[in-house]
Amino acid sequence: MLNARALAATALLPLVANAQNQINMSTGISEAGAVITDLGAEIYGLHMLIFWICVAIGIGVFGVMLYSIYAHRKSKGVEASQFHENTRVEIAWTVVPFIILVGMAVPATSTLLEVYDNDDAEMSILVTGYQWKWKYEYLDAEGENVAFFSNLATSQEQIYNTDTKGENYLLEVDEPLVIPVDTKVRFLITANDVIHSWWVPEIAVKRDAIPGFINEAWTRVLAEGVYRGQCTELCGSYHGFMPVEVHVVSQDEFDGWMAAKKGAAAADAALAATELSVDELMARGENVYNASCLACHGANGEGGLGNAIAGSAIAMGGLDSHLNVIVNGVAGTAMQAFGAQLSDVDVAAVTTYQRNAFGNNTGDVVQASDVVSYKEG
Amino acid sequence: MGDHHHGPAKGLSRWLYTTNHKDIGTMYLWFSFAMFLLGGAFAMVIRAELFQPGMQLVEPGFFNQMTTLHGLVMVFGAIMPSFVGLANWLIPMMIGAPDMALPRMNNWSFWILPPAFLMLASTLLMEGGAPAFGWTFYAPLSTTYAPPSVTFFIFAIHILGVSSIMGSINIIATVMNMRAPGMTYMKMPLFVWTWLITAFLLVAVMPVLAGAVTMMLMDIHFGTSFFSAAGGGDPVLFQHIFWFFGHPEVYIIILPAFGVISQIIPAFSRKPLFGYASMVYATAAIAFLSFIVWAHHMYTVGMPVAGELFFMYATMLIAVPTGVKVFNWVTTMWRGAMTFETPMLFSIGFLVLFTIGGFTGLMLAIAPADFQYHDTYFVVAHFHYVMVAGAVFSMTAAIYFWLPKWTGRMYNETMGKVHFWVSFIGFNITFFPQHFVGLAGMPRRIPDYALQFADFNMMSSIGAFIYGASQLLFLYNVIAAIVAGEKVSDEKVWDGAEGLEWTLPSPPPYHTFETPPKIEVQPAH
Repeated sequence: MLNARALAATALLPLVANAQNQINMSTGISEAGAVITDLGAEIYGLHMLIFWICVAIGIGVFGVMLYSIYAHRKSKGVEASQFHENTRVEIAWTVVPFIILVGMAVPATSTLLEVYDNDDAEMSILVTGYQWKWKYEYLDAEGENVAFFSNLATSQEQIYNTDTKGENYLLEVDEPLVIPVDTKVRFLITANDVIHSWWVPEIAVKRDAIPGFINEAWTRVLAEGVYRGQCTELCGSYHGFMPVEVHVVSQDEFDGWMAAKKGAAAADAALAATELSVDELMARGENVYNASCLACHGANGEGGLGNAIAGSAIAMGGLDSHLNVIVNGVAGTAMQAFGAQLSDVDVAAVTTYQRNAFGNNTGDVVQASDVVSYKEG
Repeated sequence: MGDHHHGPAKGLSRWLYTTNHKDIGTMYLWFSFAMFLLGGAFAMVIRAELFQPGMQLVEPGFFNQMTTLHGLVMVFGAIMPSFVGLANWLIPMMIGAPDMALPRMNNWSFWILPPAFLMLASTLLMEGGAPAFGWTFYAPLSTTYAPPSVTFFIFAIHILGVSSIMGSINIIATVMNMRAPGMTYMKMPLFVWTWLITAFLLVAVMPVLAGAVTMMLMDIHFGTSFFSAAGGGDPVLFQHIFWFFGHPEVYIIILPAFGVISQIIPAFSRKPLFGYASMVYATAAIAFLSFIVWAHHMYTVGMPVAGELFFMYATMLIAVPTGVKVFNWVTTMWRGAMTFETPMLFSIGFLVLFTIGGFTGLMLAIAPADFQYHDTYFVVAHFHYVMVAGAVFSMTAAIYFWLPKWTGRMYNETMGKVHFWVSFIGFNITFFPQHFVGLAGMPRRIPDYALQFADFNMMSSIGAFIYGASQLLFLYNVIAAIVAGEKVSDEKVWDGAEGLEWTLPSPPPYHTFETPPKIEVQPAH
């Protein structure tokens, strides 16, 4: 049997395929015709209901006005009527709009109550906004939380027009949020510095991330796929460069991914206990630098929003003061405390990288054990 | 008319020392137009950067400075002072008063504005750059994370607030005490009514804004934690305080515009304003409601559901009195004998586009849908439909309408009509597509965007350049009229215009109504 919705979607394919011209809110229905979230589809329906009511009123008001402009003009020799009151009409156009508003308020209220229904979540994820990235932490009943940062993956070359822009320009991250399909996921949303806002249009979740407070939101995504969004509260220079990417996968795939994440965390911990070669540290450090440092300090350490690293007294001076800046940040500036954000191996790698890249060539090699002993004081 | 007519002093001192409402009105209008061009220049930088995806002209931090200053300069420098200028020129002439009630304060409330904006603009040259936290300056981005220039910004806001409060007290005192005998409240022209109500709104909320920036100042320099959770404060408190000012502010901007439209549409329809009394009551109702809807700007901050419902219902209610106004204007046109000179064209443009802005406002009021609209270009489109096509179009209509009265010279009508059509089309090319990109998911205040938004952004930028350029035509037309416009001999420049200002010569003498006029049958509407 042919699914009517799928048929309609096929008929619309030429339009839909051209993402270039999307002109309306996400329908909550995927291109394949599957419902993405019930709530998203309901909000879309509400949006369209209000829209069509406005269109109808608009046609009425503008119709009368245009007819008047056409018919009641002095050049046609009409004599102006002098009426200026009509109590009955005035009462009517006060009462009728009120009734229409009540008609809008009823579905709006029921949808809003659903938006706020955070009960019975099957899993919880803590979402923390940082300037300018998101941190996702899967809260685990056994205390084995999995946490990682999600940074913009679009290259500086694409942003500054020296490379061709990819399909998901500015909407792609290095590590997406992964959630299982058809599972009620509760998001606990907060921020580390300024206010951000976590938004994924297709799954109809937007909530402000406010430092010191935790907001709640939820979703139950019914269609597997990749959903993209952005920060929607001005949060500083790179507000436009902290996207959200959500991968909705089957429960099996999710379990596999989660096990791999836990394994990787264990591997990182193990790695911290070993000595790495200079090449390994430099390669790892470059990746860390590009994800965490580059936005402020420049692709070649030349500085920008942050100080230059190339030739800097900190990066070429004593190791302890260099680690102090990276691990603890600099109070009162945008330099964050990366000790809490990066693993010890990554701190070691990026410190090594900064001390040897961009012509700094100090020859220093920093191992994870150095970072651990620095942290322990 | 007294015998001791004297003209204005000569030279610069005329403008520095003047206490004449017409001079002060003129200065307000020129100042606000200068700010309009400055704020417009910032907008051109924004639209040029957004012309194509990718970073081309400016850095993201500077882009944020542009959006911030564009908003601040347009709201506080262009729109608000322009309507104060209009009030200065017109209120005494409309109510048959010789001048404003507090002329020396009038001088002061104007002359503190230019230094305040000079200070605000100078932040662009400071280390760390100008404020870059948006015109809504949410903490802690505007406190802990702000550039050092934020302190100058706070001082500038304080001065603007003082200026607005003084201007409002002056208007209230003038309207309440200086009406000509027989000019009862319910005979006042609607422009005077809307300004009276606006002045009360200003007196009520500007101190709240002053409180907000003072708390910021304390947080930044004196170790308090009003807006920092780490010290026991609350960043959301800032938003509540800001929008308790900010929402009435929206009506502070639009109510005088309603007043202007209520003068112009009857004049060119040659028919009295329909529903004068209901217009007054609707204005008062909007003003009252404006105090209890502020948190509809904050649906996504995590308010309790009961709060969301209250603010949603209260906000939807505003559609009722606003609808009454639109219906009244359309009914005023109905069976009139209309002509379509430039002021009427801008008024009809206002009516159509402001109503569209009202519709999107109603959509934004619906809290669950707002979770999808909030902080996107849909909001940007909405408030430009009410701010630009609402306030700025009505202001432009007002200038064309009263300029011949003020100067005794006529502007070039053809050029005025060209200005209207270019503005109208340019405006819609700029802002209509922003509804689409907003709904499709483009957040506001971003310097670069995903590729699916590219076409509409380019269109928007082209429209903005057209709209911007058309304002230079306006400037030329006004200057040409003042310098060499055709003289108008008639007191009543427009045959349908009613009201006391049209009983005065064109241009009116430096001092008018030194002897109160006799109010005859029904001059008000």
